[in-house]
Amino acid sequence: MMRDITIGQYYRADSPIHRLDPRVKLAGTFFFMISLFFQKSILTYVLAVLALVAVVKISRVPFSFMVRGLKPILYILLFSVLINMFFVPGVVIAKLWIFQITREGVIQAAFMGLRLIVLILGASLLTLTTTPNQLTDGLEKMFGCLKKIKIPVHEIAMMMSIALRFIPILTEETDKIMKAQMARGADLDSGNLIQKIKSMVPILVPLFVAAIRRANDLAMAMEAKCYNGSDGRTKMKPLVYAKADKTAYGIELFYIAAMIGLAFVSRRIGLSF
Amino acid sequence: MSIKLEHLSHQYSQNSASSRYAIEDINLTIEKGEFIGLIGHTGSGKSTLIQHLNGLLKATGGSYTFDGEDVYAENYNMKKLRSKVGMSFQYPEHQLFEVTVLKDVCFGPMNMGLTEDEAIIESKKALEAVGLSEEYYEKSPFELSGGQKRRVAIAGVLAMNPEYFILDEPTAGLDPVGRDRILNLIYELHRERNMTIILVSHSMEDVARFAKRLLVMNQGHLMFDAPPVEVFRHKKELEEMGLSAPETSYVMEELHKRGFSVDLDAITMEQARDSILQAVKGGKAL
Amino acid sequence: MNIIKVKDLIFLYRKKDENGEVVQEIRAVDGVDLEVEKGDFVAILGHNGSGKSSLAKHINGILFPTEGHVYVNEKDTKDPAEIWHIRQTAGMVFQNPDNQIIGSIVEEDVAFGPENLGVPTEEIWERVGRCLKAVNMEAFRESSPNKLSGGQKQRVAIAGIMAMEPECIVLDEPTAMLDPRGRQDVISTVHELNEKKGITILLITHNMDEVIGADKVFVMDKGKVVMNGTPREIFEQVEKIKSYGLEIPHATELAYQLRCKGLPLPKDILTREELVEAICQLN
Repeated sequence: MMRDITIGQYYRADSPIHRLDPRVKLAGTFFFMISLFFQKSILTYVLAVLALVAVVKISRVPFSFMVRGLKPILYILLFSVLINMFFVPGVVIAKLWIFQITREGVIQAAFMGLRLIVLILGASLLTLTTTPNQLTDGLEKMFGCLKKIKIPVHEIAMMMSIALRFIPILTEETDKIMKAQMARGADLDSGNLIQKIKSMVPILVPLFVAAIRRANDLAMAMEAKCYNGSDGRTKMKPLVYAKADKTAYGIELFYIAAMIGLAFVSRRIGLSF
Repeated sequence: MSIKLEHLSHQYSQNSASSRYAIEDINLTIEKGEFIGLIGHTGSGKSTLIQHLNGLLKATGGSYTFDGEDVYAENYNMKKLRSKVGMSFQYPEHQLFEVTVLKDVCFGPMNMGLTEDEAIIESKKALEAVGLSEEYYEKSPFELSGGQKRRVAIAGVLAMNPEYFILDEPTAGLDPVGRDRILNLIYELHRERNMTIILVSHSMEDVARFAKRLLVMNQGHLMFDAPPVEVFRHKKELEEMGLSAPETSYVMEELHKRGFSVDLDAITMEQARDSILQAVKGGKAL
Repeated sequence: MNIIKVKDLIFLYRKKDENGEVVQEIRAVDGVDLEVEKGDFVAILGHNGSGKSSLAKHINGILFPTEGHVYVNEKDTKDPAEIWHIRQTAGMVFQNPDNQIIGSIVEEDVAFGPENLGVPTEEIWERVGRCLKAVNMEAFRESSPNKLSGGQKQRVAIAGIMAMEPECIVLDEPTAMLDPRGRQDVISTVHELNEKKGITILLITHNMDEVIGADKVFVMDKGKVVMNGTPREIFEQVEKIKSYGLEIPHATELAYQLRCKGLPLPKDILTREELVEAICQLN
């Protein structure tokens, strides 16, 4: 189950998308997401899907790998599709006990599902092609101006990247702890909710103790390596825009403009719904 | 009364392209009362193997019979298996969670269905066996030393009165005093209670000293299953697996090459000492 | 010249109860005097709780003396103005390989130290390449540390310290959590750095085999330095070493046992080869 989650995972490959500046990708993801909430129209959806497919192709991340990332959100997806299908008023096309399915509902649900899938795939593409460090670097630099109003941008970014590094370690540790307690007869699966919560105590206590210990050790190791916040710090991989990044920004702007244009046109010719 | 594995295999991510065997085609019978050493370098599959023995992992192929019953049968009682095949992991920090030492040790027996009073009786016995006296009962397990934590963890399993006891590198990270204490404790359990011991270790000296039978894992396969003396004759194969023979064994080999009639099968310090004395002094008593 | 000088060092570790009141005072380090010469390979031996780790953390300015002084390159660690300089001069490698790796990619982790020091980008790249090469980990440059074995992680940690170009590296039980193979890799890497790059090494351990190649050994017990000398001088005193809860190398132990039974073997045997040679000399 844990292995299936591709959101937040990095897929190593050498592609133009991987090489882009993280800020470009962050901005791109942002633009893409807003564009999905534009006017609902077949044309805008076609363009969004085409854009996504093109970027995925260029990124060399296998499509099957991305689809696997949808598994954990399958239920949310189904739920929202069903809600739309049953509760949108309109022309009734089928009746099921007290529920009725409307034509508008089906269309609405189909687009809702499509929008969610495209949204998730687009977001996961960001993390699949950007290492956590690049991502935090990008965020740090993009929001660097907030330092002026005393927001500790660097520290937050550092915390994020450390958290990301320790997630797999703590996941593995949780597995080991669960096994150690199961070997002592701990029952983690049966019982009602309260019993289940209670049975988590023998897992959570060692996990917290371990996490705090790790945090302590890590703080010491960082201090020993002269870490002293962002002052006077240089970077091994400073973020500098290359030509490709500028081109990518251009494409992103063109995409947004095209989306606005299409939304506008669709409305005029009645393709919106 | 035995553990019996037949053609046991465990395959990770079975249905995907990256599937690989963690252990493959393991055939193994462990009788009650044995003292078994298990060696193999990191990633050889030894951890995977022992996790099958108490049902923490389920094999993807082959069968496991415990005391004549099929462990993988539908209604098999896993809890009972885990109480009979106790297992202590490398890091005690992974299992200590209670406020006091005594309460922590009670966790296992209470999971087995004992009442609190019964569990306390068993736990006190177990703590006594590992050499922790009454003054430790009310201490927090987190303020103990590394060696003491390890002993509490062992007591936590012991209190369930297992017939088989698997110990995964119980001495890792301990200093010589702490290490000897744990090893002697394990040996006592074997001798006095006839408890079956499976000791996973990186120290050839330790398994040479205690084990009557030695299992060697490499790349998911059981490469050797024989008395330590026999296994350690295969120095070359062991070295290729990233293992070695006990240091004394190499000394004996060197001396033999130099023309001393020493016993090449001497794998412990005492055996080596006596054999060298005999070879040098021509068997004369000193 | 002495790169490290510890003078009358006392470190009190105060245990506090829930109300913050001191309930117990432990003398983790109790009057230690020692000097380490530049370029030496020094081992500090002691069982768990002997104070060796507390001593090590003083040298890098992570702990500060309750009494006495620690000088690194003649600079007092108590002087706040010198702390960054001291931490850069005496780098530190810790026991748990996972808990000292900060980067999600090997090369980025190695760069962490120099980044903190404000080293220019180009030089960081040059240092990272050079240091990964020095610990034989260039092939893993772009790997995630989580995919590495314990020994490999520890070598990355050493490269990370190397990249800060310290004159001295303090290693606090770097092999305690490793398997024999990883242990060997780390120890031979450390020896190589000492011999080829002239970096002063201070190795904290309770494993005897790791001590054999050292120039000088300090044995600690109950916060005090109780023995010091070359490995040979130390391991000659078998009973004394054992009384501190330590053991001696296997070959030395076997020679000792043979000596007890009347074989006239020399006292200063450390290795298998020396033992075999000595036994051959008997005839």
